[in-house]
Amino acid sequence: MSRPGPRTRGMAAPVWVLRHLQVAVAALGRLYRTPLSTAMTVAVIGIALALPSVLLVGLNNVQRLSAGWGGGTSISLFLKQSVKDTQAADLASRLRAWDQVASVHTITHEQALTEFRHLSGFGSALDALPDNPLPAVLVIQPTAAVKQAASLQSLLLKLRQLPQTDMAQLDLQWVKRLNALMAIGRRGVLVVGGLLALTVLLVVGNTVRLDIQNRHDEIAVTKLIGGTDAFIRRPFLYTGLWHGALGGLLACVLVESAFALLGGPVHHLATLYQSSFSLHSIDLSDVSMVLSAGAALGLAGSWLAVGRHLDAIEPT
Amino acid sequence: MIRFDNVRKRYPGGHEALRGVSFHLRRGEMAFLTGHSGAGKSTLLKLIPLIERASHGQVLIGGHNLARIGRRRTPYLRRQIGIIFQNHQLLFDRTVFDNVALPLVVSGYRHQEIGRRVRAALDKVGLLDKERALPITLSGGEQQRVGIARAVVHKPPVLLADEPTGNLDPELSREIMTLFTQFNQVGVTVLVATHDLALIRSLDQRILTLSEGCLQAADAGGAAS
Repeated sequence: MSRPGPRTRGMAAPVWVLRHLQVAVAALGRLYRTPLSTAMTVAVIGIALALPSVLLVGLNNVQRLSAGWGGGTSISLFLKQSVKDTQAADLASRLRAWDQVASVHTITHEQALTEFRHLSGFGSALDALPDNPLPAVLVIQPTAAVKQAASLQSLLLKLRQLPQTDMAQLDLQWVKRLNALMAIGRRGVLVVGGLLALTVLLVVGNTVRLDIQNRHDEIAVTKLIGGTDAFIRRPFLYTGLWHGALGGLLACVLVESAFALLGGPVHHLATLYQSSFSLHSIDLSDVSMVLSAGAALGLAGSWLAVGRHLDAIEPT
Repeated sequence: MIRFDNVRKRYPGGHEALRGVSFHLRRGEMAFLTGHSGAGKSTLLKLIPLIERASHGQVLIGGHNLARIGRRRTPYLRRQIGIIFQNHQLLFDRTVFDNVALPLVVSGYRHQEIGRRVRAALDKVGLLDKERALPITLSGGEQQRVGIARAVVHKPPVLLADEPTGNLDPELSREIMTLFTQFNQVGVTVLVATHDLALIRSLDQRILTLSEGCLQAADAGGAAS
């Protein structure tokens, strides 16, 4: 107590970093020397992290798919029968200037008739009519920002008030339903993810607790010769961190292989629907998120175990 | 350096191991602590590195009142004290070198410094050629000397030993005790608990005798001055 401790002399910043690096590598080496138990713990963590990841990535795919149907949120503006094609084109160019409107596609009387004749199979019945009963139609794509249900409604209202408008139709119902389903899906992933995160926490906590028990003597001796709590805690925290990070890595591999397996059949199904949709697996940002989530959970789990069990060991 | 002022220690359950112990060991002084088994020798030693805390009275180490040293500062107190146990308290999954290096590692010494100091300590106890050995392959006397090297490697101002010769033959015991007197000669304050009366009488050092938790009157002399 009377002499200055060597701590101030020896613990310059680079040395401090070096110590952490040494402890981290040593903790990894310790895992390597007990491959079976490490593999089992990492497998449990990996599966626990893979499940919510698969769900989340799947949900993102559904969202992408429905965004591909963005045409579904377009507004069909049926003009009055009296509005001529030129007037319709005028109106279309005026609408294009609105900042809520992304694009306008004009369907003339004639085009409408051709299309209807083509798709409905009522060609001969139409021929019997004295003149074209179909109005000109403007198909309006709202901008991405307007695709929220509320602003879509206000755009719809503005379009309905145009004098040329006979009817403005927006099939919003299915968008709402899909959004509601997706919200439930997200909430579900959150709940499942929360439960599985708790599992990871407990698994790592238990592993570290056993590790602490196995190294009881070492901890007692280290405390006796003046090892601070932080010094004694450090290797166990790194053990938890590595377990979590390795589990995260395994989770990424599992998700990637799951989507690789699903990719073929999904593509086949998509072709049957004349869609170019293909599954997106996890990207780099997802990988880094799963890895850091694993590492953070591992660290938190070991911190819990260390806090509870390290204090109980005192030299005698 | 080590001052006890009317120190009592009562364990949970009511057993009173120390009943008012007072003495003063000056800086650089050496003393043997003797007494029958259960007289309180181990308890007295454990109060110094705060393995146990006194129930009453004051323990001062280098002028610091141990009652004021909390949990967080305890490690820094222990780094000032080298402790040697009868059962060595070595780590059997590490080499002799790693065992002796431990006090330097926890204090954050640099790598080169650790190597230099560990070899100096092993040389001092005559085990320089065993640095790569595992403790389990060493004899009892050698293990004890590894324990001593570990206790002195960071040059603590205070050295405590609890029955360091408990399991050794008289020849080895004398060797170990001679080591302690050598450390004392370079200024280390040394307190050794032992019941090997024949040996310590021949070494001509101060002797504190504990009996049922009390020091015998003549031994407390230093406390008054």
